[in-house]
Amino acid sequence: MIRYMLSRLMGMLVVIALVAVIVFVLTRAASGDPISVLLGDQATAEDIVSAQKIYGLDKPLPVQFGYWLKELSHGNLGQSIFLQRPVTQALWERAEPTTLLALMAVFIAAAIGVPCGIVSAVFRGKLIDQLLTGFAMLGASIPSFWFGLVLMQIFAVSLGWFPVSGYGDPGATLSERFHYLVLPSVVLGVLNSALIIRFTRASMLDVLGEDYVRTARAKGLSEQVVVLKHALRNALVPIVTVLGLTVALMIGGAVVTETVFGLPGIGNLVVSAVLRRDYPVIQGALLVIAMIYVVINFLTDLLYIVVDPRVKY
Amino acid sequence: MMQKFLLNRRHAVALALVMGGSAMLPMAAQGQALSKSALNLAMIAEPSTLDPMASTADLVATIMQHVYEPLYTFDANWKMIPMLAEGLPKVSADGKRYSITLRKGVMLHNGRELHADDVVASLKRWMEVSPRGKALSKEVVDLSASGASGIEITLRAPYAPLLPQLALPSGMAAIMAKESIAMPLKEFVGTGPYKFKERRPDQYVLLTRFDQYSARKEAASGYGGKKVAIADELRFIPVPNANTRVEGSLAGQYHFADLLPTEALGRLEKATGKTVPILTPSFGFPYFVFNTKEGVMASLPVRKAVQTSFGEGEMLAAGFGDTRFFTAEPNHFPKGTPFYSAAGAALYNERDANKAKTQAATAGYKGETIRILTSRQYDFHYNMALIMAEQLKRAGFKAELNVVDWATLVQRRNDSKLWDIYITHSGQFPEPMLSPPQLGEGAPGWWSSPAKQATLAALNQETNPAKRGALWGAVQQVVYDEVPYINVGKFNSLSAKSPALQGYLPSTWPFFWNTGLKN
Repeated sequence: MIRYMLSRLMGMLVVIALVAVIVFVLTRAASGDPISVLLGDQATAEDIVSAQKIYGLDKPLPVQFGYWLKELSHGNLGQSIFLQRPVTQALWERAEPTTLLALMAVFIAAAIGVPCGIVSAVFRGKLIDQLLTGFAMLGASIPSFWFGLVLMQIFAVSLGWFPVSGYGDPGATLSERFHYLVLPSVVLGVLNSALIIRFTRASMLDVLGEDYVRTARAKGLSEQVVVLKHALRNALVPIVTVLGLTVALMIGGAVVTETVFGLPGIGNLVVSAVLRRDYPVIQGALLVIAMIYVVINFLTDLLYIVVDPRVKY
Repeated sequence: MMQKFLLNRRHAVALALVMGGSAMLPMAAQGQALSKSALNLAMIAEPSTLDPMASTADLVATIMQHVYEPLYTFDANWKMIPMLAEGLPKVSADGKRYSITLRKGVMLHNGRELHADDVVASLKRWMEVSPRGKALSKEVVDLSASGASGIEITLRAPYAPLLPQLALPSGMAAIMAKESIAMPLKEFVGTGPYKFKERRPDQYVLLTRFDQYSARKEAASGYGGKKVAIADELRFIPVPNANTRVEGSLAGQYHFADLLPTEALGRLEKATGKTVPILTPSFGFPYFVFNTKEGVMASLPVRKAVQTSFGEGEMLAAGFGDTRFFTAEPNHFPKGTPFYSAAGAALYNERDANKAKTQAATAGYKGETIRILTSRQYDFHYNMALIMAEQLKRAGFKAELNVVDWATLVQRRNDSKLWDIYITHSGQFPEPMLSPPQLGEGAPGWWSSPAKQATLAALNQETNPAKRGALWGAVQQVVYDEVPYINVGKFNSLSAKSPALQGYLPSTWPFFWNTGLKN
């Protein structure tokens, strides 16, 4: 087990190092210039060159990369060109809405996806199965921005139950901020439940055909016990994997939903950084998102031991 | 293990119920926590900086004009009026020396009285940092304080746009406490009716009322006169998604929402009681810049042929749709303003493909590709580019659209090898020398000619406002004759405000002093 964890840790470090190199190269290979965006229309070529010197963007790329690595070795992700604050601070400020959104959305996705997947598998081929499979197809096809705007019109504009966008007034309490997260998490949760329905259904169908399930039924156990205790538990491993990946995906990938609902999350930060070429923020945020992916993958693997005692490392 | 798992699930369910329960609180209940005098103002983006000198972005000006004030500003008729200065400056007979006296008793946000040294330090920083200030610094020989409230500016030659340059909110010649001056700015210490409190990127910029604000005695007019901070707080909230700004207005979440898509006008008009649409006329103008330095557009006869092929009315219709949102007219300044002129009008909106073909043939055009650099950052840029390409093709030109993102466009336009025409837009300012930058030297397009220099010198050295209007007409004629850029026409902007918001006046840079909520 310890040897497994150490080897995974080494693998994680290699992945992070590769991500650092790729992210740096890709951001600099893309056209566009943060200084031209920062200074605006009236800036002359000389203004741009002198401002590039201030931010060290006039240095050769290997020198800039070396400087960034040096900063990273001190746990510093750099300084944002536009936000006038360290990237670490900018990320930390956005961690709360993004984490809460991801957790709430995954909770909703699991609450819809797992029961529906089970029902779909148990009633395979029946009308209910076809309806749920159809819903899963629909969920996978609907664009999140459209679904978000529809929910916004109904529940925020017409009914006035929820705010349209933002993350609360300055000084809002955490419970008030939850109010702002309901619609975006429903959007993400419902759309992501489609994937979980399909995985749960497939995984349950595999397990329901196993000998021990037939044995359990032959023992006279109720169908509820057979499905929920004997089958579901053995079907959980792939479902946990999908849930883990969904959380990881939402940390950096809830971009559209965050933008539509004006949530100051990490996805929103990355998009605005890309649009204005805020190199330190793009590099820092992508590196942190990659680290979160790697860590969540690792934790998901460890969770297999909890959900299936047969798994050993 | 299963029990533990179930227990954890139960905890998760309980937590979710608590979370969901609090989340289901009706809006009214949560609204109780709202301060009645806080204005929620939905802006189009997160400001690129809060340094009002470092950027000419309108968004930065809109926010920071509440914190900082200039020496002079514009009244409701775009006339110059004093703001921090006591009155208009005394100008020497040769037009080169400006003596400015500061208003007494003006307090800075750090509790100290404003001194002439603060003004000199601020203007020096502005001439080092701001693109507008840098351009102006070439005209300035000396800038110094004279006592506690006197400022002397000596120019190389008479330069009429001096006061408008000092007054413009974008790329502002903001007066700040000299001890706060740094690069980049860490503290925002001005004299405005609101002081900076907090910036949470992508969440809000928070300004609070400055209780010691020293208001002018004159009645409020335009950006000047008596300013009163009625609301306790101004919250500038970035809402980059235009549809979200519309929905937020309809839901009553924002007291003001800036720059909404024109197609939302119908919905806003129907939502009486919830929101009020606001049209700001002659808000800005789209313009096409020609590369006069290199490539096919470096040839003046070819540029003139291209101008002949253009139908600006058609382009504006494609860009803005509803006729309430644009005006196709050749005059670069609206009717009724001091710089209104019809010079060159015959060359506007010709849309004559046959004449353009003949002109192009005479000019020696041999089918070279015309590279149009545009972006989808602003839909109207892209829509106009599509029409432009079609009009060019109809006149026998070979046109190619290079659609890039905005950050790429603003980088590429600085390289004369990469484009022939690029599309952008500007606010409609009251002084010709404020925009577009192509009227200055060295801006992308690199327009320079004896006629340009002669007509602009005459305009800039004439300090009598009554005579400057006619002199602008001569410049406008040169622009039509030499085609360094094409001013496509005027567009109006759409915003929305809450019916409860009182005292708001539509303006290029929306301001919220003298504005409050109805009880």
